[in-house]
Amino acid sequence: MENESTVETQDLNLYYGDFRALNDVNIKIPGRNITAIIGPSGCGKSTLLRCFNRMNDLIENVKVQGKINIEGRNILELETDLIFLRKKVGMVFQRPNVFDLSIYNNLKFGLRIHRMLSDKNQIMQAIQNGLEQVNLWQELKDKLRKNARSLTLEQQQRLCIARVIILKPDIILLDEPCSALDPIATLRIEELLRILRYEYTLVIVTHNMQQAARVSDYTGFMYLGQLIEFGKTNQIFTNPREKLTENYISGYFG
Amino acid sequence: MTRESFRKHIKELEKEVTEMGEMVITAINRSIEALKALDASEAKRIIADDANINKKRWDIEEQCINLIATQQPVASDLREIIAVLNIVTDLERMGDHAEGIGKIVILHGKEPLIKPLVDIPRMAEISVDMLKRSIDAFLKRDAQAAKAICSEDDHVDLLHDQVYRVLLAYMLENPKTITRATYLIWTAHNLERIADRVTNICERIVFLVEGTAPELNVSRY
Repeated sequence: MENESTVETQDLNLYYGDFRALNDVNIKIPGRNITAIIGPSGCGKSTLLRCFNRMNDLIENVKVQGKINIEGRNILELETDLIFLRKKVGMVFQRPNVFDLSIYNNLKFGLRIHRMLSDKNQIMQAIQNGLEQVNLWQELKDKLRKNARSLTLEQQQRLCIARVIILKPDIILLDEPCSALDPIATLRIEELLRILRYEYTLVIVTHNMQQAARVSDYTGFMYLGQLIEFGKTNQIFTNPREKLTENYISGYFG
Repeated sequence: MTRESFRKHIKELEKEVTEMGEMVITAINRSIEALKALDASEAKRIIADDANINKKRWDIEEQCINLIATQQPVASDLREIIAVLNIVTDLERMGDHAEGIGKIVILHGKEPLIKPLVDIPRMAEISVDMLKRSIDAFLKRDAQAAKAICSEDDHVDLLHDQVYRVLLAYMLENPKTITRATYLIWTAHNLERIADRVTNICERIVFLVEGTAPELNVSRY
């Protein structure tokens, strides 16, 4: 299972109106690993990430061509069930986007939308599991009725990850998940990601090259909508094949 | 162009490595001259001066550590700093070999050399030339030149064998020469090790340029 590719794009192109944001992207993302997508602002890395659960559908004037196979199915096909897709491919955003609800209801929300569990005990068990996986259970088990917005940013981001996990996804997309956090909280979230990779396929978009180097198993470098290089993180950061990659990760442009 | 100050630090590092290489070359040359002249006071100075080479190595190492800690270099920048760390270790050991020859000069004392020195100065000359060109290849990122220099180590090994054979003959013929002949064998051994260390430097240059570290020339010693 380890290195099996779970997300694979074929000649993926995406246009915002006339602007070609993704240019023939062919990427194979290995399962149960962390893949980092790096590149300068506007290179298309977030756009690519958002393709994997079709979040770009929400933007007007977007045209997508090519294929995105997730577990053998092209998710760009019309009959794709988007609700189910977004359950299987969860997403965590730059700023923690907890709902203005209790911690308990934040976690229950997805379960209700997806009609996953109705039994109260089962729901409680799922919430406990979710919080345990993100190391929040001990801290929050007696405060589940507190408003989630009263938590620290790090706790909120962990809660957002728990909210994704509770729906039993296969893939978790993370768009700059630590950019609102301080360095210590960032390291703790990275530690969490390293553990989650044993159960989930994680794809992280980050501006922080050191973070990509620290946390990921594979790294893809994008530039002007193209995937310039993809490889094992160790190789990319010690001996990249492409000069453009070398110049970017060494900080000579971007 | 971003990271100008980082590039400046790297250039500074390269300059320091060049200087250290020159210090080592001077030490090797002086040690051979001291041996030829059996000049014990010069030998003492060579031994004392080795401290400067050691200090230089630690200074460069400290700069490398600072750059790694503060600049988070990756890719070829990182490989260069790692290469420098290894190169200065090899240079420092070469300095020790020159110091070793100095110690031999002192041990040898005033008794005349058992034979005029021919192959030993030749070994020193080739090793120093290899070292000079390896530093040049480092500055120019010239992996091809580095590979070529490595193959020259065989020549130094052959000369070492020759010195050994000739001195063995002297010792067999006249056991009174054993001590002095042994000193010369040690000297040849020090020079042979210096050339080996040049091949280490060359391997590092290949690693720096190509990102892989091949074993270029396995020494027979």
